[in-house]
Amino acid sequence: MDQYIDIKVRVWRQAGPKAQGHFETYDLKHVFQGASFLEMIDILNEQLVAEHKDPVTYDHDCREGICGMCSMYVNGHPHGPDSAITTCQLHMRKFKDGETITVEPWRSRAFPVIKDLMVDRGAYDKIMQAGGFVSVNTGGVPDANSIPIPKPVADEAMDAASCIGCGACAAACKNGSAMLFVAAKVSQLALLPQGKIEAAARAKAMVAKMDELGFGNCTNTGACAAECPKSVSLANIARLNREFLCAKFKD
Amino acid sequence: MWLKDSSIGRKFVMSLTGLALVLFLLFHGCMNLAVVFSEEAYNMICHLLGANWYALIGTLGLAFLVLVHFCYALYLTIQNRAARGNDRYAVTGKKEGVEWESENMLVLGFCVLGFLCLHLYNFWFKMQFAEVTGIETGMFDPQNGAAYVKALFTEPVWGQVYCVLYLIWLCALWFHLNHGVWSALHTLGWNNLVWMKRIKVIGCIVATLAVLPFAIVVLYYFGMGLAML
Repeated sequence: MDQYIDIKVRVWRQAGPKAQGHFETYDLKHVFQGASFLEMIDILNEQLVAEHKDPVTYDHDCREGICGMCSMYVNGHPHGPDSAITTCQLHMRKFKDGETITVEPWRSRAFPVIKDLMVDRGAYDKIMQAGGFVSVNTGGVPDANSIPIPKPVADEAMDAASCIGCGACAAACKNGSAMLFVAAKVSQLALLPQGKIEAAARAKAMVAKMDELGFGNCTNTGACAAECPKSVSLANIARLNREFLCAKFKD
Repeated sequence: MWLKDSSIGRKFVMSLTGLALVLFLLFHGCMNLAVVFSEEAYNMICHLLGANWYALIGTLGLAFLVLVHFCYALYLTIQNRAARGNDRYAVTGKKEGVEWESENMLVLGFCVLGFLCLHLYNFWFKMQFAEVTGIETGMFDPQNGAAYVKALFTEPVWGQVYCVLYLIWLCALWFHLNHGVWSALHTLGWNNLVWMKRIKVIGCIVATLAVLPFAIVVLYYFGMGLAML
């Protein structure tokens, strides 16, 4: 049964992108375990506002695990200790009475902190702009049944497409590599006939952008897939490697 | 050049050099195993791989592979440390399914390299090097490899110390390969959802096959040394 618990929240506070950050610990009493993690942060912020203090800045939007905005490193895990969920889907019943919960922003060179727990994840958008799309030449819409796609292929493409671009992969990676994100985006399109045409150019453009933005080199530790809130598979990285290497050898 | 400038290109070089070195280890291990069955046979192999042109080209090739693998490892690690940014996480949780060795490849690599230097001094310097240069570096004929192996590993006390050192080296090498082999295949794009588990098992088997012959030889002489005490 969910109960009311008293906790300590140790949060990273940083006034701005250039400011020196530090941890601040707050006491939070009488938190219902049925509350979501973000609701708990909201309660903390109400308390801070009542005390005339600066509330904790953090990213959030849909609060149902599909937008990928809530980027928090909770107790040493992106999106908290539970598996295959985002921070907004994390509930306080995962924590015990009297526990100190450490909340940090994503730490990666390519994701600079804007304020407190909010980081700039524009790097992922730039990678997408480099090639994460299918060029559509206007004209008649082809009949969907004229392009048959085997079920296993469609499933794999769909699983890759479940990536919400939250940045947990790069945040969890000891090498600060964005390979799982790029691999998912390349895979979801390369697997389908509509995306296959531009597959080689896409893989090259997106990998080049990823390297340019200062992400690290993948060493296949698998931390990304272990922490991914959408359980995107490591096998996608092999596909990206394959697409990229084939494209380079063709050149 | 994409082999240097792109992250997948750099990993591609790491994979290829690593896999080539694994092939060499398998080859080297099989030859070592001969000494357990017949010292004469082993010395015949030593003779074949002494100062012959193909053996020398092979040695130079191996040195080049090790050098490239080592330089790229340093280059990749420096880049990856920089990519993490200046601030480290205060708390790092255990990530499920992440092998310990995969996060410590550089450290394991340094262990392997350190012992490799000792190994080159113990054997290569006294055998192939001595034969090529004509300088007398050891107490036996450069082609009498079996005598060198026996002398090093069965000498009272020091021989047993060497055996333990070599076994530690082989352990570090096994861990390095247990991640390295499957990771190399993965980087070459040779993996998918179905093969993920299989390829890890293959990696483990290859790592064991590459290390086991060396371990058998060391244990064989360790036993012989103990019997001679």
